[in-house]
Amino acid sequence: MRRPVRTAALLCVAVTLALVVSGCGFLGIGDEPADLQVYSARHYDLEEAFADFTDETGITVEFLYGEDAGLLERLKSEGEQTPADLFMTVDAGYLWNAARQDELAAVDSPVLDEAVPADLRDPQGRWYGLALRARTVVYNPDAVDPAEFDPQDTYAGLTDPKWQGRLCMRDETASYTQSLVASLIDLRGREYASRVVQGWVDNGVEVMSNDILLLEAVDAGECDVAITNHYYLARELEADPDLNVEPYWASQEGAGTHVNISGAGIVKSSDSPKQARRLMEWLAADGQSDFVDANHEYPVNPDVEPEPLIAEWGEFDRMPVNAEAYGDLNAQAVDVLAEAGYR
Amino acid sequence: MSSAATGRPVWSAAVVVIAVLVATPVAAVVVDGVFTTGATQLPVGLGAMVLTTLGLMLGVAVGTTLVGGGLAWLVTAHRFPLRDVLAWLLVLPLAMPAYILGFVFLSTFDSAGPVQGALRGVLGDGVWTPEVRSLPGAVVVMSLTLYPYVYLLARNALVEQSPGTYDAARTLGASRRRAFWKVLVPLARPSLAAGLALVMMETLTDFATVQYFNVRTVSVGVYLVWRGSFDPGSATRLSVLVLVFAVAVLAAERLLRGRARFHQQGARGRGLRPVTLTGWRSWGASALCLAVLGAGFVVPVLRLLAWALEDAAADPSGLVDPRFVDYLVNSLLVAAIAAAACIALSLAMGHGLRLGSGRLARSAAQLSTFGYAVPGAVVGIGVLLTFDVLDDALRGLGVPGGTGLLVTGSVLGILYAYVVRFLAPAYQAVDASFAKVSPTMTLSAMTLGASPRRILTRVHLPLVRPGVMVALVLVMIDAVKELPIVLLLRPFGFTTVSVWVFELASENFWEQAALPALVIVAAAIVPVAFLFRQVRLLDALHRVG
Repeated sequence: MRRPVRTAALLCVAVTLALVVSGCGFLGIGDEPADLQVYSARHYDLEEAFADFTDETGITVEFLYGEDAGLLERLKSEGEQTPADLFMTVDAGYLWNAARQDELAAVDSPVLDEAVPADLRDPQGRWYGLALRARTVVYNPDAVDPAEFDPQDTYAGLTDPKWQGRLCMRDETASYTQSLVASLIDLRGREYASRVVQGWVDNGVEVMSNDILLLEAVDAGECDVAITNHYYLARELEADPDLNVEPYWASQEGAGTHVNISGAGIVKSSDSPKQARRLMEWLAADGQSDFVDANHEYPVNPDVEPEPLIAEWGEFDRMPVNAEAYGDLNAQAVDVLAEAGYR
Repeated sequence: MSSAATGRPVWSAAVVVIAVLVATPVAAVVVDGVFTTGATQLPVGLGAMVLTTLGLMLGVAVGTTLVGGGLAWLVTAHRFPLRDVLAWLLVLPLAMPAYILGFVFLSTFDSAGPVQGALRGVLGDGVWTPEVRSLPGAVVVMSLTLYPYVYLLARNALVEQSPGTYDAARTLGASRRRAFWKVLVPLARPSLAAGLALVMMETLTDFATVQYFNVRTVSVGVYLVWRGSFDPGSATRLSVLVLVFAVAVLAAERLLRGRARFHQQGARGRGLRPVTLTGWRSWGASALCLAVLGAGFVVPVLRLLAWALEDAAADPSGLVDPRFVDYLVNSLLVAAIAAAACIALSLAMGHGLRLGSGRLARSAAQLSTFGYAVPGAVVGIGVLLTFDVLDDALRGLGVPGGTGLLVTGSVLGILYAYVVRFLAPAYQAVDASFAKVSPTMTLSAMTLGASPRRILTRVHLPLVRPGVMVALVLVMIDAVKELPIVLLLRPFGFTTVSVWVFELASENFWEQAALPALVIVAAAIVPVAFLFRQVRLLDALHRVG
């Protein structure tokens, strides 16, 4: 029985060959690293934006995509040896947490302070919001007259019995749901948030684990109303202009629509903090459209116009972002959702 | 006898060393969880989560035993049209990664999907349809996609079976049913138990599929605490609870295997003599296999194919991305090295135990399989923690720079984590084959003065080869689709196909994610085809013999 030996030998040869072919990049040796290295929980169109930045400044950028929770653990474990210069997340709560755990360095940049509104950045300059997304109400126009919504307190208004059996929302494991509820706790306290969530549950809310499934369900008339991120609707509308779903800006006569940010901070042990700051400044100012448009997000920079498809939906008032609340109240939000039996 | 005797402690020690290496990251997580300060956050409704987990595990256990065991019996003991092709195609549902499965199934079968839409079109709006997003829904989908573990191992047990026992029972007047239940099932029991243990551990650590079906298991609880409270300490402490379930599963597996030992005498069995099915039975058998394959594999693949075509029609340039090759090579390379390592370690352990080892070595071997019951992300964190400790120790000893960026700067961390996690499927497969090798074979070889190494290469290896092949397939497929470990530990510039799928799927670009997802499925066909070739060779040998 010499076959296993032969198979093993063949395997070894194949592996060696593949290693040579892939130029040893596989073992972490070889390739010259870029000037800036970014740990990013955001993937969408980063490559294009970074390529434009390199064209303009000559600074090369590479990024490693991962989940924000994992990337933060990795930063902590790598400590001073981390190759990362910039930490980019898709949730204000995580930026706040990274800053609290002392992983981010404070930046002193008049450009950033001017480009990013005060509530979308850390008071100490350890992180800055770079793109804005709204989590608002969408509806099927065949089944809902927008006058039915409560313009003051739209999220809480969905607890009205008239919405019985008509609601679809995202599941409670999604950070989207959690930070919406955290913002409700921040707004009017935990009891209020509990009442709202309980009201949704009492109305028989159908819970789905994906925003696209929510939009498909509203389009198909399976639900009349859902709460989703605005850019998923924009994206679906781009693919299918006949999609039977309309957005409604929540709480315009009250606290405003719930929003969250994608943002970034400079890693404490970065060896090129100046270049990292330059990248952040570019993303918030000159490169702002590059960074937000393709994903139909709203610019954080008030001087930059949103892209045409979402601009059509008009301007809206947003709830101020309290990153500390998103970070600190998130655990309470999870409990509130669980206690109400939301799932 | 003397040479054999001196060789044994070395092999026993090897078993213990392997177990310690593999158990360290998991232990690091537990120790870190216990010793970090701060109150443990318990998810609200933990009791319900425990019950749900038990319910799901029970349902999936029954489902996979019926589907996997039943199909294994059908294809090994019978001849029917397309049997030879179906026998290996039936492994394919394993190739579908959990993080795309949930979405594909729901967007296909849920109320807004095309299947229910078509039903309503034909039968009218009032037609009753079952709630897809539910515990039973999850049980059905997980049974249809996890059964290959049971199928592969059970099929292997039946192939290795010598026909003598079954034929003897039949000659002695036992009905076929009686011979099946009294002879074949007990003989296949270790393999069934091993397969089931793997299925249960997959079920335990699954997060993606259950989430889509609104089923809240303990793993979802761990995730909720980690993400929800930004507190990895609490999450790792909670994952100890998942480990408790895993211990229960492995204990149950030992019980299921029973105290009885069934060994084959003589050479490896030649398998059952298949009965040729005729008439409606033959077509019924083909139809049954096709139905299972259709639900667990063809439907999701077709859906992905439709999306991929849609995407290609919209933007044909996406089809010829040169990075495809790079990602695919990365995936296959890491998977192959991990598989080779896992198989070598499993063989060493099985061999070491077979040469006669104490209780310590036996418990050590058990310990080494826990990694599979720990979610990938937690194993990844464990590897990070292990290297942190190593780094501190090296610095303490005066080595400048410590371990440097060894874990996350090279693929070493990923490979280590893979071995921790995938040693279990490899060992289960190899061990199930070892279990059918009679100890008298080993003893005879030892009495005849063969050295332990010679026994390994000349006696054990040839006898457990089918188990090795199964181990190769299982680890390769698992490794190619593995996501959380790569995502956490990969070095800059190292992207696998699974990361690529996830980048797109996590942002809901399903049309674009479809093509790489199909690449994963195609990559998984490579080891399956390899296995198929081996099966054909064995069959050919039998015909000659």
